[in-house]
Amino acid sequence: MNALAVEPFNVPHISYGKLSPLLIVFGVALVGVLVEAYAPRERRYLIQSVLATLGLVAALAAVVVVAAQASANNDGSSLGTIEAEGAIAVDGPSLFIWGTVLIFSIMSMLLFAERRLEGGITAFAGQAAALPGTEAEREAALRGIEHTEVFPLAMFAIGGMLLFPAANDLLTMFVALEVLSLPLYLLCGLARRRRLISQEAALKYFLLGAFSSAFFLYGIALVYGYAGSFELAEIDTAVSSTTGASGLLLTGMALLAVGLLFKVSAAPFHAWTPDVYQGAPTAVTAFMAACTKVAAFGALLRVFYVGLGGARWDWEPLMWLVAALTMAIGSIIAITQTDIKRMLAYSSIAHAGFLITGFIGAQQGLSIAGEEISSLQAVLFYLVAYGFTTIGAFAVVTVVRDAGGETTHLSRWAGLGKEAPLVAGVFAFFLLAFAGIPLTSGFTGKWAVFTSAWSGGAWPLVVVAVLMSVVAAFFYVRVIVVMFFSDPVGDGPTVAVPSALTTVAITVGAAMTLLLGVVPQPVFDLARHAGEFIR
Amino acid sequence: MSGSEAAIPWLTILVLLPLLGAGAVLATPRRGALPKQVAFTVSLATFVVSVAVALQFDVDEGFQFVEEYSWIATFGAHYAVGLDGLGLVLVLLTTILTPLVILASWDDADSGRWSVNSFFAWMLVLESLSIGVFAATDVLLFYVLFEATLIPIYFLIGGFGGARRSYAAVKFLLYSLFGGFLMLASVVGLYVVTAASASGPSYLLEDLMNADISTSTGRWLFLGFFIAFAVKAPMWPVHTWLPEAASEATPGTSVLLVSVLDKIGTFGMMRFCLNIFPEASRWATPVVMTLAVISVIYGALLAIGQQDIRRLIAYTSVSHFGFIVLGIFAMTTQAQAGAALYMFNHGLSTAALFLVTGFLISRRGSKMIDDYGGVEKVAPVLAGTFLLAGLSSLSLPGLSPFVSEFLVLAGTFTVSITAAVVATLGIVLAALYILYMYQRTMTGPVRESTQNLPDLRPREIAALAPLLLLIVVLGFFPKPALDALNPPVDRLLEQVGVSDPEPTVASDEEGPSK
Repeated sequence: MNALAVEPFNVPHISYGKLSPLLIVFGVALVGVLVEAYAPRERRYLIQSVLATLGLVAALAAVVVVAAQASANNDGSSLGTIEAEGAIAVDGPSLFIWGTVLIFSIMSMLLFAERRLEGGITAFAGQAAALPGTEAEREAALRGIEHTEVFPLAMFAIGGMLLFPAANDLLTMFVALEVLSLPLYLLCGLARRRRLISQEAALKYFLLGAFSSAFFLYGIALVYGYAGSFELAEIDTAVSSTTGASGLLLTGMALLAVGLLFKVSAAPFHAWTPDVYQGAPTAVTAFMAACTKVAAFGALLRVFYVGLGGARWDWEPLMWLVAALTMAIGSIIAITQTDIKRMLAYSSIAHAGFLITGFIGAQQGLSIAGEEISSLQAVLFYLVAYGFTTIGAFAVVTVVRDAGGETTHLSRWAGLGKEAPLVAGVFAFFLLAFAGIPLTSGFTGKWAVFTSAWSGGAWPLVVVAVLMSVVAAFFYVRVIVVMFFSDPVGDGPTVAVPSALTTVAITVGAAMTLLLGVVPQPVFDLARHAGEFIR
Repeated sequence: MSGSEAAIPWLTILVLLPLLGAGAVLATPRRGALPKQVAFTVSLATFVVSVAVALQFDVDEGFQFVEEYSWIATFGAHYAVGLDGLGLVLVLLTTILTPLVILASWDDADSGRWSVNSFFAWMLVLESLSIGVFAATDVLLFYVLFEATLIPIYFLIGGFGGARRSYAAVKFLLYSLFGGFLMLASVVGLYVVTAASASGPSYLLEDLMNADISTSTGRWLFLGFFIAFAVKAPMWPVHTWLPEAASEATPGTSVLLVSVLDKIGTFGMMRFCLNIFPEASRWATPVVMTLAVISVIYGALLAIGQQDIRRLIAYTSVSHFGFIVLGIFAMTTQAQAGAALYMFNHGLSTAALFLVTGFLISRRGSKMIDDYGGVEKVAPVLAGTFLLAGLSSLSLPGLSPFVSEFLVLAGTFTVSITAAVVATLGIVLAALYILYMYQRTMTGPVRESTQNLPDLRPREIAALAPLLLLIVVLGFFPKPALDALNPPVDRLLEQVGVSDPEPTVASDEEGPSK
């Protein structure tokens, strides 16, 4: 009894300044919930959208401040510190990813807040609880009810996305995974139009997501059993200090990989992607495609480079297989798609494959010479490039409409080049970027990840990747053909004039796609400055 | 790289002028002939600048008008441009052909899917990118521009062509992207090679020429480059996109495609394959020469069998590109100088042929040879120019392609008698396909459908006359072009490490020659 009493209680040391981006986002999310409870219905849209955007801008400013103050560590290759009693690593890569996620989130919020396309109302279901096709739903529509909860929900998801790649122990990472996933499941089911397919998407995403979370959790348990700790640094020590493969470690590693690869939509854990991307409201799809991918890749890199780096020779062969399979499935099945959103979903799978190719190179720290590009740098650049293009592309999808709302069937896009040359031209530009044509960010990104893979000895994978790039180019080009070289069927598509919000998102996406293709050096420098993961 | 920094960035001006001109063309009102006039003026101004560059060019120096700035440090990529004799000749080809093509295509875009403005704007963009490709001395810059040229030509074919244009455009793009992405793998490989070196990553041609590339790596990387260039050139068996594209595009687009863009393939072989991978180039010589000879014969045989005039010309080009590649990989000074000159001459003669047949086809509205007959009686000027263009294509002595073809064959003979002899058959076949086409379309009784065929108009003559003039002048006096081409060829062979074989027969009688 006495012995316990004298044990002093150590107050955990939290440096609030360094964690301020996280705290701001979660704080704004909570305020958003209060607004939902107390503010009058007609004012909520304005308050929520402004609050969310301002919160994200403030968080971004905080990231910049923290990054400016971060100092280099003794090892010379990383900067920043581990905070919150070893739970969160505020290091260079974390800050880089935070900034990226926040910028993409701000662009997504612009799409969330778009009202002009639906005639003065957001693209989210008026009353999610009302069954589709019932009196209640009609009434909600008549009264012009809006679900402004989407803003706080998105903020929680963003908070989770910030925490996920920065988590320094597996338990925090799991919590972050759930925080980012649960709001996303909900958001997917909130489409105003085509509600059944949207709800189906939400349910599929939830069931498969819950399943993969369970895998991830089991993996954590097994790795804990092997290493005796949740902390990545200690896991690394345990992995490096033992020789010979341990069944516990291998199984745990595989299960962790399942959870993470599910989130980045890598084959064979990609099956949810097309359905969810198609069913979710397009603004949410854009948000998911860009931000989730960034956050999940951040976490994947951290777990496998920091925690399991010592077991590189054990996980690399499997990752080779995953990368090749992901690129092949994404590129080949995309050819048969007739829906723009599904096609972009498969394209997103293919891009996950390219990203994993770069990740496999594992060129880091001392193994790289001088100015040579590191794998982390390559993958981070690719994520930035891909995110801008993706948000821009999905934003274009929201403006191509007919009487029934967005028209995503490929045949309905025929002749768009004649109807709206500017919109079709911008979309064609995004597609060329996805295909990796030079002078777009897609090319520089591809170059970076291929180089990373080749430097790490994975040149056969680079050959697979270039061949799959050709296959992928086929379906991107097909869409361009449909838009520009085919005659419209029937009335043809119309392009609704969006408000400034969507216009800004598309413009920023296109401008960055071009800039990162022509003058990518500043972003490479930033990624280089971010350095390696702290251990 | 020898040569001096230019005080005035001539090459950047040459690249930017058409590009800005394209913007101006897009901005002009869409009525009347104004966009066409703007486009023509811009291309003419570009031509004048290129002539100014050519006049300052010193044939004995290496790369000139050099500009070099770091572009993407992480990649080791530079904005580096410079011209040697080879680059200069091809830049001149581009700047000569573009105004003529614009003049010849004056009315071709009126019935297109999109506005006239976009047609001429794409042409100027293409000119700008092509000049950049021929001037680039950094591999990544070259690659970027090389791939970027696909986009304007893709829209030019797909937007303004015949009935099957969209199929032709997609086929062209996919073939080119296939080659392009393979080359990307090799470009990435080059980075990995130089990044490991002490001086850090660099894509500068001069650094890569001195890079230490192991034999097996060099051969693999060579393949990536070579396949891309072979698709572009195009060589048998990766030529099948060309007949479609050349047949469906407008005549002007076909000229730019075959006369300018396809030269990037053969230019790339000389500039990059041979310079960076000398060992691998020597290693690949037997296979490449075989493929080249097959291209010569195969292209000629298929040309004879064509019904479609445009496809026929496309196949003659496959045959001619076979000669060019043969000359490059024969690795003798004569053959390579001939091949380099051939690039220029083939550009002129094929352009003339495409344009004059384009005028013919636009009058009758059919591409089929059988729909014509006796045209020389109703339209003598058209028939005359057609004959002259055709004769230049079959390398009649006195016209410029003869000089280059002779040099290629003479240079090849010293290293491989078989290749030279078989390739010579290509000349015989060339006479067959050209004269047979001429006979069926121009001679014989006048057909009912061709009875009222109007002769060439002044604008059309103005577009053709400079080409025919150049063909005749260079046929009698090829010295200026050869003077510009010989020094780079000598340097190239030195880099590859090949010297001309001693002419054995002559040495028996006259002792060792110089």
